Formats: sequence, structure tokens, C-alpha cells
Amino acid sequence: MDLQTWTYLIVGGTFLLYIGIAIWSRASSTGEFYVAGKGVHPVANGMATAADWMSAASFISMAGLIAFKGYDASVYLMGWTGGYVLLAMLLAPYLRKFGKFTVPEFIGERYYSQTARIVAVICLIVASITYVIGQMKGVGVAFGRFLEVDFEVGVIVGMAIVFVYAVLGGMKGITYTQIAQYCVLIFAYTIPAIFISLNLTGNPIPQLGLGSELTDKSGYLLDKLDTIVTDLGFKQYTAQNDTSLNMVLLTLSLMIGTAGLPHVIIRFFTVPKVRDARASAGWALVFIAILYTTAPAVGSMARLNLTNTIQTGPIGDPQANLLYAERPDWFKKWETTGLLQFEDKNGDGRIQYYNDKNPEFAAKAESFGWKGNEMVKIDRDIMVLANPEIASLPFWVIALVAAGGLAAALSTAAGLLLAISSAISHDLLKGIFMKDISEKNELMAGRIAMAGAIVVAGFLGMNPPGFAAQVVALAFGLAASSIFPALMMGIFYKKMNNTGAVVGMLAGLGTTLVYIFMYKGWLFIPGTNNLPNNAENWLFGIQPESFGAVGALINFVVAFIVSKVTAAPPDHIQHLVDDIRVPKGAGAAASH
Amino acid sequence: MTSSSGDYWKANIRLVAILLVIWFVVSYLFGIILVDVLNNIRIGGVGLGFWFAQQGSMFTFLILIFVYAKRMNALDRKYNVHED
Repeated sequence: MDLQTWTYLIVGGTFLLYIGIAIWSRASSTGEFYVAGKGVHPVANGMATAADWMSAASFISMAGLIAFKGYDASVYLMGWTGGYVLLAMLLAPYLRKFGKFTVPEFIGERYYSQTARIVAVICLIVASITYVIGQMKGVGVAFGRFLEVDFEVGVIVGMAIVFVYAVLGGMKGITYTQIAQYCVLIFAYTIPAIFISLNLTGNPIPQLGLGSELTDKSGYLLDKLDTIVTDLGFKQYTAQNDTSLNMVLLTLSLMIGTAGLPHVIIRFFTVPKVRDARASAGWALVFIAILYTTAPAVGSMARLNLTNTIQTGPIGDPQANLLYAERPDWFKKWETTGLLQFEDKNGDGRIQYYNDKNPEFAAKAESFGWKGNEMVKIDRDIMVLANPEIASLPFWVIALVAAGGLAAALSTAAGLLLAISSAISHDLLKGIFMKDISEKNELMAGRIAMAGAIVVAGFLGMNPPGFAAQVVALAFGLAASSIFPALMMGIFYKKMNNTGAVVGMLAGLGTTLVYIFMYKGWLFIPGTNNLPNNAENWLFGIQPESFGAVGALINFVVAFIVSKVTAAPPDHIQHLVDDIRVPKGAGAAASH
Repeated sequence: MTSSSGDYWKANIRLVAILLVIWFVVSYLFGIILVDVLNNIRIGGVGLGFWFAQQGSMFTFLILIFVYAKRMNALDRKYNVHED
């Protein structure tokens, strides 16, 4: 069978599975629609949370980032996992004890203020929509490449699939579908990694392969990688190039942002007990860590394989550069997507791949007759998808990777759409504008809101505003600077009042937005930025993506000061805080 | 708030504070701030600082959450605030 048949078979098979699960677990009440009736086992919930959290960015982009940035990309590994520690210890058990459906509902009730609830709804919708756009785009790209259909067709098929299982199944359907999606994506990620690690180091466990010696006895993997990349003028793979301050703040922003993202928090409302919420965060991290600890091995091995494919022998030997006419199949396929581009600058019919921005090496390269780096484009996002092809693995493995990428994008999109729909139907309609809406109508409104959100996200995914990478930073900045501090102070600081919380959220959000817009353009419109986006102009050298941590700090400080000079919260709110701090009595809160 | 649930809350805060110090040390301190110093020590083919940044911190996070869950469940019982 050829690759195309395998891809149709595996991708089609997994889609039938997801839809079958949705029909089998159809939601019949608002409880089942929003939080799966709170009956999901912590291990199952952890697995669903992992699929929910790991998006196309984790599956497709992260290892590619690591491959090209080396040590500096550690911030993503630590940042996107360390947030679960904060979530488990500072938020999850208390929000589960509180026992409601949505994040804005907690904020509205704890701060006895509809304004606070509306501010939370706005933060939630902006953060979630920006995130969904990226997922829908990922779906389109993956379909386009593997099914050889138009990008737009890919997005529409993806929208239809999500529509069926998210709208019908609600949280209950999404949870069971996500468990299936997790299994697909983790197999798809680890199987090629095991093959490649075995090939290069003889060790089948990629996590250990990273620290092992190469099978050709040329030394340790990372040492070899450091040597071959620095020999070509690139930065040393294991060395630090970013400033420590920036790395610390970016890691912190990603951690706080993770703990503040509503579609992740909402998952901890779905377990039966408070103690399950604690364990559930741990299980989620177990399932996430399987992929995240594999990623450094995938990244380093992909970089080594890629470099060795092109530079086949000693640098400077004219025979040691790959002949363009003899380039492998995967090279040709990715060239047709435009994500990989070659330009024969010195006309020798061979490929020279080196860092021509490094003056020292560029001078040396000239003496070899090289006229600049000829790999004019290597898109980082192709590394994970191309990896099994570079290592010449069987077709079914390559098809599995396509299914895995789609599973990652679809599961995250579904989780985000549910968070958006519950914010609209439950917080805005039921909570504020139509208080006497019946459960049946609320359920209907939830489904309509979700369908609407899918159409909007699909449309924006097809016509991406061209700033996908920036809006992800914005989504994390928003979650870190507004939602997380409000939730944490609501639990840990009994005297925090409504004015403090609202002013704090707006201050954190406002400063973060202004800082990002100053360097990236107002509303990301090109040319409207006040200062050039580079290290010399950044305040204390802090890049805009890292500012969420500073925004969160501003939120905490402002809220604290304002709450000191305004009236303390009423007694019944202080009792509410006492109540959510102890697990006892959680069962009662769950039934509505 | 009764004094026993006040003690429960204090014990909770103490536990979380200790675990978050470890969380900070393995990621920010070992993985970023002290990375060059720790890279002088090697385990297999990886510098220790690099290992903490790309592997060790994540394994530690996992242990931290499960220790937290286990200790909190024990505290719930000790102060009699556990769920039925």
C-alpha cells in the first residue's frame, strides 16, 4: 500500500472512532454538557486534560523549536509543564469544591459582582478564540499536506468533525473523545521517536537516548551535535544565548498562563471529588510529560539527521555536500509545500547548509567557494512531520503521525469551543441576561453558541489575520495577567474584595496589552507599533511574550493596595472562602 | 472558622510553600540561573543543568504533585475535613 492509502485508512478510521464515541456518550443535561456530570475518573480525566492541553503547537511545533534553538527552547518545556504544579496546589481542589460550571461563575460569585464576571467572560473569550484560530489553521495544514486537498477543504472537514462530536456530546462526549485522541497522538509521537533513537543510539527509550553515545562510536549524541552545528557556524546546541532574566520571565509567564487558561481549569470541575482534583492534575502531567520529555530527543535527533543528510562528510570537501539531484523523497515533497526551499547560489549543483550570518565562518565558507546558505527556508514546523520520513520509517508510521497531529489540534479546539460556549450560554445568558431560562433552552443555547464559535473559528482559521504566533503570546499574557491572580487571591486572601479584584484584573490586563501592542503594533496592525521590537528597546530587556509574568505581578500588587483602602468583603463571602478551603461537603455542591 | 480548620489551613500553606520552593529550585535555579555551573557535572552525555532544563524539572514536577495529593489527603483525615 502507498502512503496515500495508509493516510486515508488511519485518519479516516480515527475520525469514525471519535464520532462513534460522541454518539454513544450524548449529553442530556446541562451538567453533562458542561462538566460531564462530574463523573469522570481522575486517570481518565488526566488523559483527557492532556489531550485538551497539548495542541498542534505541542505536537507539531515544539520539537522543531527545540531542534533549532537548542537549550534556549527549554523555556517551553518547563513553562508548559510547571503550570500544572500551580494548578494542582493553588487552584484545582478549591475550584472543584466551589462546585460550579465555569471560571467566570467563580469570579462573579466570589467577588459578588456582575462586573467581575463580565470582565472574566471577556478575558476568557479573547484568550480562547485566539487559541482556536491556531488550531483550525493547524488542521488545514495537516490535511492539506497528507490528504493532498486544498487548505480550505481541510479546515471545513475539521470544522464538520468538531461540530458533530462537540455539539452533540458536550463535555461528556469531548472527554471520552479526548481519551481516544490522546492514545492516537501519543502513539504517533513516541513510535517514530523510539525508531529514531534506536537507530542513532541503540537505546529504545528516547529520554535516555538523548544522553547516550551514538552507535557509530563517534561520541555522545549532544557532543556530536554541538560539534557539527558549530563547525557550520551555528550556535552551540546546548549553550545559552538568551538572557537569564528573559528566560525566567518567559517560563513564569507560560506557567502562570497555563494555570489561568479556562479550558484547562474547567477540566478539574469534571472529577467526582476534591481529592480527585488533586490527583487529576498529577495524572494530566504524567500523560503530558510522556510527550514533553520525548520532545528534546526528537528535536536533537532531527537536527542531527537533517544536518548529516546535507553535510555528508568533512566540511570544505566538495564531495561532502549532498547533490541536489540526489536529494531524498521527503525533501522533494516538502519543497512542493514551499516550507522547505533550496537555492543553488554558487551553481555547483550541491547543497550547502551553514550559518552565513556568522562572519567568522562566512569568511571560511567563501574560501570553499560557497556563496551563502543555500537552504533559504527550513520551516521549523515541518520537523516533527518530516522526521519519520527523514529516518525512512514505514508508511504506516508516517500516516500515524498525520492522524496524531490532527488529534492534537481537534482535541484542543473542542475543549476551547466548550469553554467559549459555556461562557456565553451559562455566564452571559443564564447568569446575567436571561436568569429564568430553562435547562433545556440553556442546553440549546449552549449548542448554538458552540456552532457559532466553530463557524467563526473556521472562518478566521481560513483567513488567519497573519499573526498566529503573536496572538498565542497574547492568549497566555491575558490568562496570566488577569484570570490566574483573580482566582488565586479569591482563594488565598479572604479580604480581597470586588473593587480590588476588578481593578487588579484591568490593571494586569491593561499593562500587558499595552506592552505587547507597543512592540507588535496596536491590535497587531503592522506599522502601528511605537517602538521597534528588539532587545535594545525592550524595558529591562523583557520581550513582549514574557510580559505576562510582570502583568500578573502588577495585578497582585494593585489588587492588594485597592482592597486595603476599600470596604472588606461581606461576611457571607468570607464564609464562602472558608468553605472552599476544606474538602468536606463537596458532594452537596455538585448537585444543581 | 474553628481553630482546628485554622490549623488545617496553616498546615496546607506550609506544605504548599515547601513544595513550591522545590518547584522554583529545579526549574528556575538549576535549569536557568545556575545552568552553566551545573553543566560542569555530567550524567552520561548531558550536562546536569541542561538535563534539569529539558528533563529533570519535569520529572520533579510530577513527583511534587503526587506528594502534594498524598500529603493533603492525609491532612484532610487528620483534621477531619475529608469528604465522606
